[in-house]
Amino acid sequence: MPIRLGLKKDGLVNKRITEREAIAELRDGMTVGIGGWGSRRKPMSLVREILRQPVRDLTIVSYGGPDVGLLCAAGKVRKVVYGFVSLDSIPLEPHFRRARESASIEAGELDEGMLQWGLYAAANRLPFLPTRAGLGSDVRVFNPELKTVRSPYADGEEFIAMPAIELDVALIHMNRADERGNGQCLGPDPYFDDLYCMAAKRRFMSCEKIVPTEELLREASVHTMRINRMMVDGVIEAPGGAHFTECPPDYGRDETFQKEYVTAAQDPELWSEFKKKYLDLESEAEYQKAIRGQV
Amino acid sequence: MSEPTRAEICAVAIAETFRGDGEIFVSPMGVLPMIGARLARLTFEPDLLLTDGVASLLGNTPPVGGATGPEPIIEGWMPFRSVFDTLWSGRRHVMMGASQIDRYGNQNISCVGDPKQPKVQLLGVRGAPGNTICHPTSYWVGNHGPRCFVEKVDVVSGIGYDRAAQLGPEASRFHEIRRVISNLGVFDFETPDHSMRLRSVHPGVKIETIAERTAFKLNIASDVEETRLPTDDELKLIREVIDPNGTRDREVKE
Repeated sequence: MPIRLGLKKDGLVNKRITEREAIAELRDGMTVGIGGWGSRRKPMSLVREILRQPVRDLTIVSYGGPDVGLLCAAGKVRKVVYGFVSLDSIPLEPHFRRARESASIEAGELDEGMLQWGLYAAANRLPFLPTRAGLGSDVRVFNPELKTVRSPYADGEEFIAMPAIELDVALIHMNRADERGNGQCLGPDPYFDDLYCMAAKRRFMSCEKIVPTEELLREASVHTMRINRMMVDGVIEAPGGAHFTECPPDYGRDETFQKEYVTAAQDPELWSEFKKKYLDLESEAEYQKAIRGQV
Repeated sequence: MSEPTRAEICAVAIAETFRGDGEIFVSPMGVLPMIGARLARLTFEPDLLLTDGVASLLGNTPPVGGATGPEPIIEGWMPFRSVFDTLWSGRRHVMMGASQIDRYGNQNISCVGDPKQPKVQLLGVRGAPGNTICHPTSYWVGNHGPRCFVEKVDVVSGIGYDRAAQLGPEASRFHEIRRVISNLGVFDFETPDHSMRLRSVHPGVKIETIAERTAFKLNIASDVEETRLPTDDELKLIREVIDPNGTRDREVKE
């Protein structure tokens, strides 16, 4: 059931909601796109909320990092659509690796550019977009449904017809946003977060800080405001919400914590301790306390 | 100037891979490729475009490995979306790693074993399928052995010459696997059937060692050359300007 949004005194829609309200919209079997890249600016507070709720059998679409790993470890995933899954400073994601090696998930492995093209096709309401990427490679072994298309012009060249990747829900994390759903990325790379939103039926954006609209341009130029309110259904204020992935310029990756995560993932006993300490918690606020050692 | 190390010889061989590239975007992945690309830019290929490893194009050539040096000058913006745009346009030469590579230059960074249930899950195909069909690609392998130089790769991530040939001349017209540089030698595909050839052997390496550590039959000419040594100027650049912290020697042992 879609969430109800409040009205401010001036009659403008206030889209501010909580992680719980956003994730309550997920249903078993849905396709969920997650913005960011590897271990960079991931909407981790929303991912952690998925762990708290009973939803399962998800198809996750992601330039994957610990978002994919955590969801795999929690048994939430049926299929992952990805170009890679990596923690950047630690190349391989341990939980994703285990899920693949035990064949507990389906792998829709794609070239990174094909993934962008699939989101872009969905955003443009096109059934597919042509590309050379993938021709001759084994992405067709991972995705046997892929077809080719021939140019109708004189050249007659054959391309991969990358099908639209339609999302039920998109989750992204920004540095700043206002209550109406305008988002601002202050870091060096916006990645493909706007495409996730445009490819999805429901779009939730967490951010480090909600500020009045008129303050958005105090920190940076208008070019940082790629996410506008047409693209967003709910805004979640989540300071530290990308932890332990990086969210520059607000904070870098918590490398110490990431190492702890990877070490714990190697051993069931250590993982159950890690889970108890950081994940089996009531709320994101409790998580933020736990990582600061305030428990 | 003391004798060049193996890592320094590799850095020069990598730089040579970019010779003639001109004003295009190079994406060197890994420490040695980053050193080699910087060396090419500081010597014979001054027009190459390089990033800081994030999303900024570097107008100057600061050192690798967190060493102190000149402040980076930013000459442009290259977020991932622009990287994809650039690679599709063809104005790019990438040097990737390879967990497996075969005689026709097919590369695997996806997984080892059956893709349905791999023995070892690696990164995923990443950008390798698109890179190899759109613009020149080279590979760097720091530890040359028969588990990497294999008869047949388990997953074709980057496509080699046999796969490109199957696509026909039109679809494969932008495909080029220019070089493979390993810690033992330099390899190319300049043979009639585009199967891998030993182009040069690094000084101090026996040809038999390369043959033993390659699981397929390499084309080896009887008079194969030695990889050229760095010049004094190149050594000085590598040691004092590009990699004063010596990160190169951690990636390639003697």
